[in-house]
Amino acid sequence: MAFRARHLLGIEHLSQEDIRTVLDLADRYVDLNRRTVKRTDVLEGMTQINMFFENSTRTQSSFELAGKRLGADVMNMSMQTSSVKKGETLIDTALTLNAMHPDLLVVRHQNSGAVDLLAQKVNCAVINAGDGKHEHPTQALLDALTIKRAKGRIQRLTVAICGDVAHSRVARSNLILLGKMENRVRLVGPPTLMPAGIGEFGCEVYEDMREGLKDADVVMMLRLQKERMDGGFIPSEREYFHRYGLDAEKLACAKPDAIVMHPGPMNRGVEIDGTIADDINRSVIQEQVEMGVAVRMAVMDLLAQNLRADRGRALTEETYV
Amino acid sequence: MTLFLANARLIDPEALTETEANLVIDNGIIAAIGAMSAPQGATVIDCGGNYLAPGIVDLGVKIGEPGERHKESFRTAGQAAAAGGVTTIIARPDTSPAIDTPETLEFVTRRAAQAPVRIHHMAALTKGREGREMTEIGFLMDAGAVAFTDTDHVTTDTKVLSRALTYARSLGALVIGHPQEPGLTKGAAVTSGKFASLRGLPGVTPMAERMGLERDIALIEMTGVRYHADQITTARALPALARAKAAGLDVTAGVSIHHLTLNEYDVGEYRTFFKMTPPLRSEEDRLAVVQAVADGLIDVICSMHTPADEESKRLPFEEADSGAVGLETFLPAAMRLFHAGHLSLPQLFRAMSLNPAKRLGLPQGRMAEGAPADLVLFDADTPFVLDRFTLHSKSKNTPFDGTRMEGKVLATFVGGVQVYNNDNE
Repeated sequence: MAFRARHLLGIEHLSQEDIRTVLDLADRYVDLNRRTVKRTDVLEGMTQINMFFENSTRTQSSFELAGKRLGADVMNMSMQTSSVKKGETLIDTALTLNAMHPDLLVVRHQNSGAVDLLAQKVNCAVINAGDGKHEHPTQALLDALTIKRAKGRIQRLTVAICGDVAHSRVARSNLILLGKMENRVRLVGPPTLMPAGIGEFGCEVYEDMREGLKDADVVMMLRLQKERMDGGFIPSEREYFHRYGLDAEKLACAKPDAIVMHPGPMNRGVEIDGTIADDINRSVIQEQVEMGVAVRMAVMDLLAQNLRADRGRALTEETYV
Repeated sequence: MTLFLANARLIDPEALTETEANLVIDNGIIAAIGAMSAPQGATVIDCGGNYLAPGIVDLGVKIGEPGERHKESFRTAGQAAAAGGVTTIIARPDTSPAIDTPETLEFVTRRAAQAPVRIHHMAALTKGREGREMTEIGFLMDAGAVAFTDTDHVTTDTKVLSRALTYARSLGALVIGHPQEPGLTKGAAVTSGKFASLRGLPGVTPMAERMGLERDIALIEMTGVRYHADQITTARALPALARAKAAGLDVTAGVSIHHLTLNEYDVGEYRTFFKMTPPLRSEEDRLAVVQAVADGLIDVICSMHTPADEESKRLPFEEADSGAVGLETFLPAAMRLFHAGHLSLPQLFRAMSLNPAKRLGLPQGRMAEGAPADLVLFDADTPFVLDRFTLHSKSKNTPFDGTRMEGKVLATFVGGVQVYNNDNE
């Protein structure tokens, strides 16, 4: 088996083979999830803690469901109301949790690199559920699985990532993953929402959305991250929608069978027209949510296998001694 | 007491020469340089053919007194300085509270007596370094302040700054500025560009430094103040500096040894010991600034010694404190520039010893008869791997932990008194 990582901190650390391993396993979990009885026991007896320092509904519930379907004991810690508010540092929080012997730690944090820092201080497998503007690896993996199932492959495709690239960890992880899988990546958006030096990443950058979407196989829309903006990136939402919102007319520039993606939650009428989002012939937004649970199950399964190998003997054996 | 240093390679940063000679120290002064033999009754030290240079004058050292003595005290900073070949520390006023009254200045002057090296103090330019009201510049000069600076706090109210500069000019005070455009710099943790985008960290364009410098140069022209830019770290700021000097303005500039030896990619996986103010720059900028030091356009190299404890560094990158300790690694780091062929030893000591002393009106920094016997004896080649826990500083936040370095301080003399001997370590 290829996947040898101890943690999943970013797509940056994965090889093409690692990515394929995750996607192949996730494919099998998709089938499992469609059955009536969805439970397996690969994480039986293991403890998964979800630590979300930043608000999240869909990612957190997706991880929670994934863990429960694999048979883990799942605990959610809402960090907004915890001792972090009382001034505890990230390291102390990590050490406290570590003493409770979790096996999987799912972390979202508002600072780039915070999950890496935490991973250095704990003895369990850490999954990055989004750190600042850095990476959101499971989102990129679920997007890859969605594309693979819709298009039949995850190579030699033209993918246009549109909108607020500067504030988006989803864009960074997708950019890295799609590059590793040998796709042609275009970034489309106003220059104020493009990170500096982006031209050096081996992708094409477009300020005109129609040009950027021309002959694209996949149109990936990003959420306008209103909460991350300290003002003045765009003149107004209506002008943004006019120039960069995905509507039928702009989508017509892409290939006729191009799929439309969005990591959610959507701002309808800001970055995407509601009718496009709901068009079942083009939009795979609901599939993305479904793939999310499967990909997270696959990632946790693989990390748990590595964790068992690391710890010398199988934890399940210990359980039944 | 007379000391005789035999068989040394003397570095003269004024003449930009290296010569083999002996040196006589009498009453704390360099009494003679040449091929003579030891005077009667002198204590003889054999330098074994190693380099002897004027001790480093480090312009802009942060010491934790008052307020943060758990990070660094005058005693530990002084010990680190002696071990690093720094014979004069120019202390920064960014303490808590800031050194902005004659009373706080008197306190640190008294405390500084605990250090084995010379310490001079700078004072804040505005009260509390808040950029609203100028400090008592006259009283502070009488109490011994050698320069005035709000360190990395940029005064945004240009009217307040222009008044403070005008007043400082009337007293002949030296003002040290931090050229950064504050709006662009706000919230930034690294230099913008590929690396910042890759790591998802907030960046500041290198152009912010040039904008800050251009504003300050206009104010210097307007007020006639004596001005030193604490750190010029980008290629884009250099032409502005050259124009200001060519126009005859009383301007000098410095750069930290870290900006000369490291670049933005050294931050790697969010290593907070590499978080600096201003942030580390691109390799192109680093090389341009090294060249500017060689050309003499940038006058001063400093350590920008900034102690920070584990609690303020073991945080997510954006939230961690900025700054690195540098007193003790100053000379070995500088040797990287020498071994890479970028700067000769006399050029290095011109920037590390002679120029800062001259700018502050101190007699140190020269290898000449009659100059104070503040000297550093060192070997430029001894290789070692730095272990940060061997540093004398209370804080161990060095970016060079675990890296290979070359060059070792063998002995340090302040006023003819040996304050550090490598054999005793």
